[in-house]
Amino acid sequence: MRIKATLENYTFVLPAVAIFSVFYVIPFIWVFQLGLYDWDGISFTRSFVGLANFQEIFTQDKFWWQSMWNATYITIIALTFQNILAFMLAWACDREIKMKNFYRVIFFIPPVLSEVVVGMAWRFIINDIDGANIINRMLAGIGLGGLAHNWLSDPNTALTTVALVHCWKGFGWGFLIFLAGLQTIPRELYEAARVDGASSWQSFKNITIPLMIPVMVLVAILTVLGTMQVFVLIVSLVGGEFAGHTSVPVLRILASMRGSSRFGYACAQGITFGMILVIISFIQYRFSKKGH
Amino acid sequence: MEMKHALYYKSQKIITNTLIHVFLISVAVTCLYPLIWMIVSSLKTQDMIFKDISLIPHQFRLENYVQAWKEGGFGRNFINSSIYTVSVVFGIVIISSMAAYAFSRLRFVGSKFLFIMFMAAMMIPIPGSFVALYVLLNKLHLRNTPIGYILCMINVGLSTSIFLLKTFFDKMPKELEDAARIDGCSKLGIWWHVALPLAKPVLAVVIVFNALAVWNEYILALIIFDNRKFMPLQVALQTFQGEFVTNYPLLMAGLTITALPIILVYLFMQKYIIKGVTQGAVVG
Repeated sequence: MRIKATLENYTFVLPAVAIFSVFYVIPFIWVFQLGLYDWDGISFTRSFVGLANFQEIFTQDKFWWQSMWNATYITIIALTFQNILAFMLAWACDREIKMKNFYRVIFFIPPVLSEVVVGMAWRFIINDIDGANIINRMLAGIGLGGLAHNWLSDPNTALTTVALVHCWKGFGWGFLIFLAGLQTIPRELYEAARVDGASSWQSFKNITIPLMIPVMVLVAILTVLGTMQVFVLIVSLVGGEFAGHTSVPVLRILASMRGSSRFGYACAQGITFGMILVIISFIQYRFSKKGH
Repeated sequence: MEMKHALYYKSQKIITNTLIHVFLISVAVTCLYPLIWMIVSSLKTQDMIFKDISLIPHQFRLENYVQAWKEGGFGRNFINSSIYTVSVVFGIVIISSMAAYAFSRLRFVGSKFLFIMFMAAMMIPIPGSFVALYVLLNKLHLRNTPIGYILCMINVGLSTSIFLLKTFFDKMPKELEDAARIDGCSKLGIWWHVALPLAKPVLAVVIVFNALAVWNEYILALIIFDNRKFMPLQVALQTFQGEFVTNYPLLMAGLTITALPIILVYLFMQKYIIKGVTQGAVVG
């Protein structure tokens, strides 16, 4: 009887555990295992090379570190521009203001769209140099027509353009989380501050900001994790790595796997990148604990 | 003096509110501009697409959609995407709610360990996992098959769904289940007849988020499918662009076909999406 009951309990978790073991645990172990091999993905034989793949990443692979820098650049723009914009919008919508709901609905449309749709739609607009590209038309309007060009095919502006489209797609997340955070601040605090003669800037600085720090750290961690792993947007917006100008780590891993058929090396790159992400999130987390 | 003061404050408030609205509206317009452009362009002819730059459509070539659906092949891919989304979401709902119910209510050796494993998977990013997944699917002869893709995508959604559902079941009062047990209901019966109906609000969040994730998924579809007849829309769009570089109206029609269902689902289910985002935020 007891045995039957126990078996019955296990049947509840069996499907989940089975799928999870096959499609998560096994690949997880294999990534670490393959990272130590030189293998083209097809041959029956593969040669054990120890940590040589990692050595190559850290000492020779200039393209890898360029892609890390590119992702960091996009992340810095997302952390500053995107999150400040999201915070300002959330702050504006937290007030007694009309059409609050309308704005909230609109701002979260870009995040629900796929990166393929977003990238291709923007690519179409930006490539249309003097038609849909409204920024070019405005530049021409104020007599700076010389600056108008295709922002995506210029190596100097391609990465920044990618970063800005990424911010366009992503700010809605931060906006919603910030708004939820702002709404948990008790209104009485603001009332009390006003009675004490505090200006709105003072209550923003002394009430809103300190209470919002945990939410800001959370949004920062999510932004870093999400932005560092960006790549679909780049494929659909730029078409690929653009001779390294818009390469990012995930595109490098994909190139090692599909382009040069170096499966072991691709796994080593994946491990390196995963470790870096874990370390960054951990540091951010610790940093936020210290701040309190 | 008092009057003047009040008037000053009132006008200041009006100015601030106007500025805030200008700011919010300009961002809202920026959000909508590419979408409107995409839809308007999908209704133009190829020669008008770069000539007519107004946002008001002067042409309504709905034939573009028929062409994109049939000759562009998007009809097939649309059906694929729908099948993948429905089967993955169905699988996730059944499998994760069973597991979550067990983790919350049933006692068995290793339950804590298994739960922690699922949670760890949610936290640890493994950017290279698709390389190993590709090798695994090849070995299992599941690559380039719909079932391989569906199983992989069920796995992707499991951890978060289990977490959301377990959190809900933990807070759910036990009385109803006890009553059902006394009436002779089996554990499976209690899960199906009592726990699942009560969990409807959370299930809505689970369904909406997983549906969005599957419909928008790209990387696994890219490495799993070689054959366009199995591809979901996201990957097919890339392939289409590679083949018909210059046929912009058809591409824009394809993009609209891909984006519209998501926008509609979002507009109807936004309550659950906003709830999910804020709940997910609490999770982190």
